[in-house]
Amino acid sequence: MVIIGRGAEAILEMKDFKDLYFPSKDLKIEIVIKKRIKKGYRIKEIDLHLRRSRTILESRLMHEAKKYVRTPTLFEIDPDECYIVMEYIEGDRVKELLEKINSEKREKVCFKIGDMVGKLHKNGIIHGDLTTSNMIYKFNEIYLIDFGLGEFSRELEKQGVDMHLLKEALQSTHYKYFLEDFETVMEGYEYIVGNEKKKEILKRINEIEKRGRYVRRDSLYNKQ
Amino acid sequence: MISLGIESTAHTLGVGIVNEKEVLANESSVYSGKGIHPRKAADHHADVLKNVLDSALKKSNVSLEDLDMISFSQGPGIGPCLRIGATAARTLSLRLKIPIIGVNHCVSHIEIGKFATEAKDPVTLYVSGGNTQIIAYVAKRYRIFGETLDIGIGNMQDIFGRTLELKFPCGKEIDILVAHGKKYLHLPYTIKGMDFSFTGVLTEALKYIEKEKKEDIAFSLMETAFSTVVEASERALAHTGKKELLLTGGIAASPRLREMCEIMCDERENKFYVPPFDLCRDNGAMIAYHGLIEYKSGKRMKLEDTVVKQKWRTDEVEVTWLS
Ligand SMILES: Nc1ncnc2c1ncn2[C@@H]1O[C@H](COP(=O)(O)OP(=O)(O)O)[C@@H](O)[C@H]1O
Repeated sequence: MVIIGRGAEAILEMKDFKDLYFPSKDLKIEIVIKKRIKKGYRIKEIDLHLRRSRTILESRLMHEAKKYVRTPTLFEIDPDECYIVMEYIEGDRVKELLEKINSEKREKVCFKIGDMVGKLHKNGIIHGDLTTSNMIYKFNEIYLIDFGLGEFSRELEKQGVDMHLLKEALQSTHYKYFLEDFETVMEGYEYIVGNEKKKEILKRINEIEKRGRYVRRDSLYNKQ
Repeated sequence: MISLGIESTAHTLGVGIVNEKEVLANESSVYSGKGIHPRKAADHHADVLKNVLDSALKKSNVSLEDLDMISFSQGPGIGPCLRIGATAARTLSLRLKIPIIGVNHCVSHIEIGKFATEAKDPVTLYVSGGNTQIIAYVAKRYRIFGETLDIGIGNMQDIFGRTLELKFPCGKEIDILVAHGKKYLHLPYTIKGMDFSFTGVLTEALKYIEKEKKEDIAFSLMETAFSTVVEASERALAHTGKKELLLTGGIAASPRLREMCEIMCDERENKFYVPPFDLCRDNGAMIAYHGLIEYKSGKRMKLEDTVVKQKWRTDEVEVTWLS
């Protein structure tokens, strides 16, 4: 058992599938368990309710999103113990990948990112935490993870904030090619949602930035 | 150096006197009419100003001639209230021929908190009547990581208390009700990233009135509201990688909120700090101290720079006194 992540609310462990389900030697599939941990500061009625409902919501979002983009396959959800079990995606995080590829390949990756977000938004899904740490690149495909802050919504405001957070993430983590990269992301987005919608989103991002909220939070991401 | 500070952003008129090492006086008078009527609160401040000032001078054994500088809360806050403090500060500065510094009230809460505790670079949970914010110093600014999208916890308490016909301000009486509540009544919980809102939970809590015991309603309401801000604070800690939490603002008086912050910090092996109550609520000493450190970092202001800023955001403050 290896701990691969520890956020404010969940612990992520990697395990071998066979240990969990099939005690057989030849099958080797690695899985990830994301468990929402108990918080001693809140009373158990609130604590359990939140952990349960968020576990359920995250798995629903992942499941729904899987119809349109790549996400890890869900193997199991346990609402009482508040964990989900999913496929381990072995690959490069887009965060590191973007820093080591040439411009041609970067264009492909960024287009793909925009295309994915477009598909989510078009189908009423808000990811809620679009950063390049939450994207894993494997065999020319990008997998989206961590729907823990997501929701089902078609509101322009929410889509705008979603895209704005991605823009901030690119700006802070990948500032060298930020302008080209974001433009390419928006091309990928436009490819799915059309030119009108793209303009609407860009306008909304502008408004959100003027309001001065959500100021470059992503530069502070403390993920390893 | 001796600095005198005037606080007048909302219902408190405060005068504090400090030097680099200690608080010499911290006097105040609170406008206690129901809710906030900007004009009436401002009239109150103008009426009591002289008395509060005199009693601060007397307490500290400092005369006006001993003062080296004046500072005042320049914002954010209620226009008419802010102007009383600003006018008094300008008058003193001109008459005594000493420098004047206008400071940001929210940042003053943090700076006095660091002064009064061992916190060095905390995430701050600032909870008062009108403000509920989570702030941390990152990349040369105090940045807001989370805040209420509608009302502050103090205002929520007051609306709830008024409906139950409790004495205003209602914080204390609500704390007593909360301590006697046992049954948790389900309420909505609104957090989005690190932002939160309280009108939804308040509306639902009010619907329980007359159907359930008021102790249980108060308990459920406050447990929900406090859980929200403590969770957002924890996210901010994880996000920024900081290891200290500072709780301040008038609602820092709540024993349950302190306890929750303490448990959260224990569980993640972070440190928890809360200043003495007189330095948590709105007060003049924090303004005096904050002005002092800005002055010592080289900040100077002309009279024309001292116009009040009702909507001055925490992250607009240029921080000259920290590295
Ligand atoms: N299915 C997965 N496959 C591979 N790595 C994963 C998977 N899920 C999560 N991770 C790794 O764990 C880290 C944290 O997971 P995440 O779901 O983002 O948790 P949190 O909500 O706590 O941030 C991710 O940045 C990623 O590196």
